[in-house]
Amino acid sequence: MTQTHTDYRLSQLDQLEAESIHIFREVAAEFEKPVLMFSGGKDSIVMMRLAEKAFYPAKIPFPVLQVDTGYDFPEVLATRDNWVNRLGVRLIVASVEEAIRDGIVIDDGKTSRNRLQIGTLLNAIEEGGFTAAFGGGRRDEEKARAKERVYSHRDEFGQWDPKMQRPELWSLYNGRLHEGEHMRIFPISNWTELDIWDYIGREGIEIPSIYFSHQRRVFERDGMLLSESEHNPLRSGETVEERTIRFRTVGDLTLTGCVESTASTIDEIIDEVAVARVTERGATRGDDRFSEAAMEDRKKEGYF
Amino acid sequence: MATVKSEQMDLLRFATAGSVDDGKSTLIGRLLLDSKSIFEDQLEAVEATSQSRGYDYTDLALLTDGLRSEREQGITIDVAYRYFATPARKFIIADTPGHVQYTRNMVTGASTADLGLVLVDARQGLTEQSRRHAVILSLLRVPHLVLAVNKMDLVDFDQAVYEKIHAEFTAFATKLNIPDLEVIPISALAGDNVVNRSENMPWYSGPTLMHHLEHVHVASDRDLVDVRFPVQYVVRPKSDEHHDYRGYGGMVAGGVLKPGDEVVVLPSGMTSKIAGIDLFDQEIAEAFPPMSVTVRLEDDVDVSRGDMIARANNAPKPSQDIDAMICWMTNEPLRPRQKLAIKHTTRSARALVKDIQYRLDVNTLHRDQETKELGVNEIGRVQLRTTVPLLCDPYSKNRTTGSFILIDEATGVTVGAGMINSGS
Repeated sequence: MTQTHTDYRLSQLDQLEAESIHIFREVAAEFEKPVLMFSGGKDSIVMMRLAEKAFYPAKIPFPVLQVDTGYDFPEVLATRDNWVNRLGVRLIVASVEEAIRDGIVIDDGKTSRNRLQIGTLLNAIEEGGFTAAFGGGRRDEEKARAKERVYSHRDEFGQWDPKMQRPELWSLYNGRLHEGEHMRIFPISNWTELDIWDYIGREGIEIPSIYFSHQRRVFERDGMLLSESEHNPLRSGETVEERTIRFRTVGDLTLTGCVESTASTIDEIIDEVAVARVTERGATRGDDRFSEAAMEDRKKEGYF
Repeated sequence: MATVKSEQMDLLRFATAGSVDDGKSTLIGRLLLDSKSIFEDQLEAVEATSQSRGYDYTDLALLTDGLRSEREQGITIDVAYRYFATPARKFIIADTPGHVQYTRNMVTGASTADLGLVLVDARQGLTEQSRRHAVILSLLRVPHLVLAVNKMDLVDFDQAVYEKIHAEFTAFATKLNIPDLEVIPISALAGDNVVNRSENMPWYSGPTLMHHLEHVHVASDRDLVDVRFPVQYVVRPKSDEHHDYRGYGGMVAGGVLKPGDEVVVLPSGMTSKIAGIDLFDQEIAEAFPPMSVTVRLEDDVDVSRGDMIARANNAPKPSQDIDAMICWMTNEPLRPRQKLAIKHTTRSARALVKDIQYRLDVNTLHRDQETKELGVNEIGRVQLRTTVPLLCDPYSKNRTTGSFILIDEATGVTVGAGMINSGS
């Protein structure tokens, strides 16, 4: 048995963990068909860990859904497979490539894979008949997220209406749905980027290797460092060089930039995050840069 | 910069209410800025927007007004959550609009707050709005209240102005339930007494706002005496390895649970002993609020979601007749005979509105017994009859087992928030 808490003090990280576990259990108890949206990124890995803890020693009582853009980092897919195998959960892969082939989404050559994920995701939710989908969104990430509920209601088109959000009080969540609607659930809403790293460090859990410093052939585009890849044809004037970098976020590799860094351990990453002067999305996500309200617009359409 | 791991920090949730006029957004901006929680790209975006609109100064309100519809209207219409940390603590701010038509948002923000921050403009003194904010925080039993007397720079840092507001507010607060009150003279714009002690107000010997937020003692606000464990989820692995495992998952709402404790399961009234308490793969010696744990019992009693584990000599009385203060949150008014869905701890039921006793004027505390309905953003005392007994405590004793939400069964929308006075 672990030692007695004589002062009955719970650190903020333990409080966040307790709150998230409460949310996972609440959803598993009240929704017919939940699913966990797993990207392989650090936030969704923390979600997996919390779900593991919430139901232990039972298995996680819902499947895991990944939207495969076709442009995912191989290191991320490897980590995904390790997690899914260790926990013995069912993995559903919704492929953007297949969605394009089946005419579910239209690739006009101008729309990013990130944006094409929306239609692919909504189709997978509808096809699976899922009534609740866990997402790894955090309120510290972005202004529109700062106002989103833990239980975020989506209409039958998968849309989010920021003005019609249900009040959310105490730890009482309202999971009522009509036919065809679903709920997005954000169990780590109150976590910050630093909390995520502290937790990964404390738990000693596996994350994709690209979060740690490594040598990579990269080029600069729109002020971001992107990975050399067959999916990333060079434009005129762009040149590839090898640099010591790491990724702060994980997504579609044509849009996800890296930062120069020598941080090769969790502690070094934490030191780096603690003094970072730019938000992780601002630094490395091309998809959030197009307008001040980019995230709000994508969320209304049904983004994660 | 030395890194303090968030693992060792504790947490303070606080709610702010007010409008741009009170300097609330400027104050939040300053707290974020001075604790280095605003990033360069966020500040640059706000500076650019301020400039394009022709403002002379950087409008820090733009940092918190997140939705486009809000930016267009220049007002905050929803609860926004903000995060910052100092080496001592992590803070979660529930930032809510202050106008009367947004009372429901303030109630929402206050529901989880350990501390409420009310702003007044030193030039205006106490207003109807600041009194209303104090009333709501007191109704929601937010245990700590800070009255920040802002814009002291605009009254020449005059001690008499501060003293007058202090005295007036203290007199008003005696009518409310405010266990801990701190009145701090500040200038959010110039930074006086926000993070750094003001040199302009040597007559003030109390803490700065940040110092108070970092040190206010919140651990003792929890109830560590009365055991309340609402059962949320039954954990049954049904695997070869854990064949006979049966545990009850939930978040401790009150008291300290230990293996060996004699407990009662409500509403059945069956008694048993705690065989063990699990936190993931660890057996732990005790569980206390707000831990999420799994409790195992020695006897094979029938326990399911919605039940509650308590002590035989200290258990809530199952009640179907509920007397509560309700904040109404939707345009269609609440009327007697109305039927609604109710969610209380992990228990869901239906409720019938038996009577609306009075409507509370949150500005004057006057009880209006003439009106027999509650409109949107109004608060009143209501009698409910529920289809099944609720295992409840007065809200004044326990904010978890004393609270509920009301849901419109047709639309599925949350339409009311309730704080229980008593059940019978």
